Amino acid sequence: MKYAFYTGCAAKGATPELYVSTRLVTQKLEMELVELKSAACCGAGVITEADPELAIALNARTFALAEAEGLDLMTICGTCQGVMAQINKQLKEDSELLKRINVYLEKEGLHYKGTVKVKHFLWILLDDIGVDRLKTYVTHPLRNLKIAPFYGCYILRPSSALGYDDPNQPTSLETVIEALGGEAVDYEGRNKCCGFPVILENPDIGLAMSGKRLEEAKTARADVMVTPCPLCHMNLDLQQERVEKHIGKPFEMPVLHLPQLAGLAMGFSPVDMQMMRHFVPVASLISKLQT
Amino acid sequence: MRIHLKIKRYHPEWDREPQLKDYYLDIRSDLTVLETLIQLKEEEEGGLALRYSCRSAICGSCTMRINGSEKLACQTSVREEYERFEALKIEPLSNAPVIKDLVVDQAPFWGKLGEVSPWLHSEILKETPADQAGFPKEAFNEFHNVDACIMCGACASACNSLEVSSGFMGPAALAKAYRFVADPREAGQEKKKRLRALVEPNGIWDCVRCNFCVEVCPKDVKPMEAIIRLRREALKAGLGDSPAGRHITAFVNIVKKEGRLNEGLQPLKMLWKSPEKLLQVFPLALKMWVRGKLPFIWHWPIKGIRSIRKIFKVRGF
Ligand code: SF4
Ligand code: SF4
Ligand code: FES
Repeated sequence: MKYAFYTGCAAKGATPELYVSTRLVTQKLEMELVELKSAACCGAGVITEADPELAIALNARTFALAEAEGLDLMTICGTCQGVMAQINKQLKEDSELLKRINVYLEKEGLHYKGTVKVKHFLWILLDDIGVDRLKTYVTHPLRNLKIAPFYGCYILRPSSALGYDDPNQPTSLETVIEALGGEAVDYEGRNKCCGFPVILENPDIGLAMSGKRLEEAKTARADVMVTPCPLCHMNLDLQQERVEKHIGKPFEMPVLHLPQLAGLAMGFSPVDMQMMRHFVPVASLISKLQT
Repeated sequence: MRIHLKIKRYHPEWDREPQLKDYYLDIRSDLTVLETLIQLKEEEEGGLALRYSCRSAICGSCTMRINGSEKLACQTSVREEYERFEALKIEPLSNAPVIKDLVVDQAPFWGKLGEVSPWLHSEILKETPADQAGFPKEAFNEFHNVDACIMCGACASACNSLEVSSGFMGPAALAKAYRFVADPREAGQEKKKRLRALVEPNGIWDCVRCNFCVEVCPKDVKPMEAIIRLRREALKAGLGDSPAGRHITAFVNIVKKEGRLNEGLQPLKMLWKSPEKLLQVFPLALKMWVRGKLPFIWHWPIKGIRSIRKIFKVRGF
């Protein structure tokens, strides 16, 4: 199993633990990754706001790099996945657009034919590795853990482009959690927004939204939340203390990246998974894992 | 077929809180949800309150939450819902006060649509009747399907921003505003006046781009796309001098320089004119730095940056 690996910006910036845990876990799963070190930021939907064609060209370039390797693309960020899936769909369906965009890539000797699939690590776990094989890697099942799956927006919507899960009743994270031996708890906002996109310019909305998600997970008696998107991780973990102050309630809810959760079940230590980089203390979680 | 319905019932004068009630009904398998509810009313539960009129996906009055998602009841097949979800759970729209059962108060929704003054403002119309005011056919494409909106309120019910901020103008009203910003008959000052109102709090910058409105709209209006277009228009009109506007311009600049976003630099570039907001995030930045989570504000660009910059340049950045 070999993939072109698109890290996205966050895994190389504000959530380095995501990069490290992905590397360790994919190695254990015997996946081979070719990191696309010269691929640009996907634009996170923000570059699209300034100029859609620029965002399409930057992503087409990334797809062309993967195509040149003859590989499908693996993402580890829900936001990258959403942006890239939408743009890839546009390019595959509109040959005129593809032609026009390829002109931007020519100077570099690149060309995108439109053959690459963009898959999130979560989908690779389920489709390419498969639940049965995944279970064979689980040496430390997450037996005592109530886990709140948090999808975030972009890995689900618009479903016409993402098309993996039902956006209202998604199941992929739950399936992985159960394969890892944990218990997935059901709660209202698991498929909603974390508030990250407006956290800097409009903290009242960004914090309230994050607070709603944390509160819903807490009410469902979750011990921990897990997310396939590092931007959700930032708003739920880094901002949690601010959220607590903002709405006047304590949560103390640890939040893990998906590869970290998988890693724990595969016998990696919390230190291997760099959980000490998180803001919310993970001690309660670790003690539950050990009982 | 025999079906099991769960319907959220609520009579604010009698009930302390809404209650999901179970109903069992024999129906023809080709019924819509609306037809099923009408049958239920006729046969068993005459007191059930719901709103409908055209029964053919035109009037927009029968919108409700069906199995967790906003849909037109008259356009939703019971059999398909059952096949997909093995259930039929019916609730009123969210983000609006319930009057009774499935009927919500749409006054705030209509009020917001009214606030964007959805009519042409152009001075020329004073002299020239609207239909002769020179409307180029191509301009219609620019409306981006916003004209198809039937004001059903599905998007407002699904909107993540409205859920936490009831003042937000919301997807339908902003989409409608875009229709007029895109109208070539309203040019220059009128257009700018509209945009100036839309960059105020509760306007275009409060959308979190969650795509919920795009997902639920029964008429494929894609309100979020219209909001994105409004943001682009606002930047073009020189109305981007705010943290939200700079979110976009700073982002583009950083990626052009480094090939990748720099989370250390982005807040600085966004908030340097709003010291109080910058101060709010400063302790966070410090903590991030201690944990090795804050990229240096100056970065080596990534490999391939020359080619990346060329693409930016061709696009005029
Ligand atoms: S934009 Fe779509 S969902 Fe929103 S009110 Fe109009 S038709 Fe309904
Ligand atoms: S994309 Fe924006 S307007 Fe649409 S539902 Fe989400 S927050 Fe609301
Ligand atoms: S009754 Fe008119 S849209 Fe459903």
